[in-house]
Amino acid sequence: MAEDILILDRLRKAYGGLVVTEDVSLAIRRDELHAVIGPNGAGKTTLIHQISGLTPSDSGRVLLDGADITALSLAARTRRGLARSFQITSILPGFPVLENVALAVQARAGSSFRFLGTAADEPALNAEARAMLDIVGLGARADLPAGLLSHGEKRQLELAISLATRPRILLLDEPLAGMGHEEGQAIVALLRRLRGRYTILLVEHDMDAVFSLADRISVLVSGRVIATGAPAEIRANPAVRAAYLGEEEAA
Amino acid sequence: MSGAHPTAGPLRDRRPRLAGLILAGLATLPLLGALGADSYVLLLVTRVMIFAVAAISLDLILGYGAMVSFGHAAFMGIGAYAVGILATHGIEDLLAQAGVAILVSAGFAALTGAVSLRTKGVHFIMITLAFGQMAFFLAVSLAAYGGDDGLTIARRSTVLGAEWLGNATIFYYLVLAVLAATLLACRALVAARFGRVLRGTRENPVRMQAIGFEPFRYQLTAYVISGAICGLSGVLIANQTNFISPAYMAWQRSGELIVMVVLGGMGTLIGPLIGALAYLLIEEWLAGITEHWKMIFGPLLILVVLHARGGLVGAITRITGGRHG
Ligand SMILES: Nc1ncnc2c1ncn2[C@@H]1O[C@H](COP(=O)(O)OP(=O)(O)OP(=O)(O)O)[C@@H](O)[C@H]1O
Ligand SMILES: [Mg+2]
Repeated sequence: MAEDILILDRLRKAYGGLVVTEDVSLAIRRDELHAVIGPNGAGKTTLIHQISGLTPSDSGRVLLDGADITALSLAARTRRGLARSFQITSILPGFPVLENVALAVQARAGSSFRFLGTAADEPALNAEARAMLDIVGLGARADLPAGLLSHGEKRQLELAISLATRPRILLLDEPLAGMGHEEGQAIVALLRRLRGRYTILLVEHDMDAVFSLADRISVLVSGRVIATGAPAEIRANPAVRAAYLGEEEAA
Repeated sequence: MSGAHPTAGPLRDRRPRLAGLILAGLATLPLLGALGADSYVLLLVTRVMIFAVAAISLDLILGYGAMVSFGHAAFMGIGAYAVGILATHGIEDLLAQAGVAILVSAGFAALTGAVSLRTKGVHFIMITLAFGQMAFFLAVSLAAYGGDDGLTIARRSTVLGAEWLGNATIFYYLVLAVLAATLLACRALVAARFGRVLRGTRENPVRMQAIGFEPFRYQLTAYVISGAICGLSGVLIANQTNFISPAYMAWQRSGELIVMVVLGGMGTLIGPLIGALAYLLIEEWLAGITEHWKMIFGPLLILVVLHARGGLVGAITRITGGRHG
């Protein structure tokens, strides 16, 4: 039990008559990189929404380090150590790159009900934000308005923001989506460096990346987990091949 | 009204200098001998500054928090009624009146804001409008304080028992001091941690939640601060006119405040001051030319809003060679 940092217990979500996730139970181990794969529309993003608290679940529970956080808001879960990125990049485009990250540091560094003193000049916030930018390789872009970054750099920034919340677990929704090959390789290299230092739940379509990075893989099809296991097991699993991988090879 | 926010990123630009210039100009105005103590110009500019305080308070939530309050005049009305009602009962001290005005405005903002902020977009506009109208009809129903017709206040508020504010020049400088303090306080606030959360929420509330902030707490606090400042402007307007009436709370007034903010440039603080100045001066000028002035004024406003991105402040910074806008 103590091994499992995040436990999903029979999560379900339906939009009207459309059941998007059903009976999803998963245990994510501490410091593992756990990938979730599945065809388009399988419910992967919805599941991330349910875990992070952006979308309430119809039923089921989410446990973080043994504590039931199902009733908590997105913000409260974040403060508990659940950080997430979005399939569609979510940053503050009008703020400088550095302030995007510094705000995440500010969120857990004392009260934000301060009405005096220029937040953008707080050395402690900025120093930590800079360190995060260096980790993702955006150090040189710190003063640029975030909206001017390239698509790939925005995804790197989002990772830096997530790291700045000092997460216990990172939920990443397709960090490679829409990237060129080179940009994608940079992110894969970054994930490889983060691997082992953070617990990571990775939703990703890039199978090369998934199979080279993941410690374990879960396969979501039509809202249900049909298999969980090491990459080799998943590759050999006939149900997975039929439902998913085979489909890709055929295409 | 959407898209590029001139203040979205760093706050370092030339606007503080613009604000300093305008305040210095306002401070020297009464010294121009030709005006005379009770001059029409002095009265008009006093009125402009009072509305500027109200418009700046609105900019705090509208420009920095993306909260389009269509009931902001209610706070001005509450401040004015605090003066009128207390004066009727013999409490004429300015500080006591201002204290009550600020407390009641803040309380009204806390209650109505807590409800309104559960909604978004058009719903937020409509519900703040509804609360504004509620305050309006409450004022109409106050028969003891003039009801529909309003109430004349015998004399201006007193300071430590003295009737200094009866002097137009002293009153002018009091209003200027409140204006300057409002500008400075709001400028500090939006640059501080609190303001950064507010500005971040304006851009992307989901991202702010995903780093651990609950937007509601910050938005509600901003709403209460804004309401309290606007209530203070009501204390000043009641003193200038020696008269209060429900008309202060009419939805048209709320609309005028929005126009001042947008016309001057929202999310700039100095913009609403310029907006109030332009709005009231043009209104005064057109009303002198024709009684159908609203038919000219309306289209004129739409032209400015559509063509001068960032309002008049945006136009000024472009003309003076600012890189912003
Ligand atoms: N807010 C919503 N309202 C109605 N249906 C929704 C909503 N959000 C998602 N869905 C539906 O739920 C299903 C799963 O969507 P989801 O985005 O979770 O899939 P996904 O596995 O992330 O897909 P992709 O790989 O394309 O990102 C889809 O059929 C989608 O249309
Ligand atoms: Mg998805």
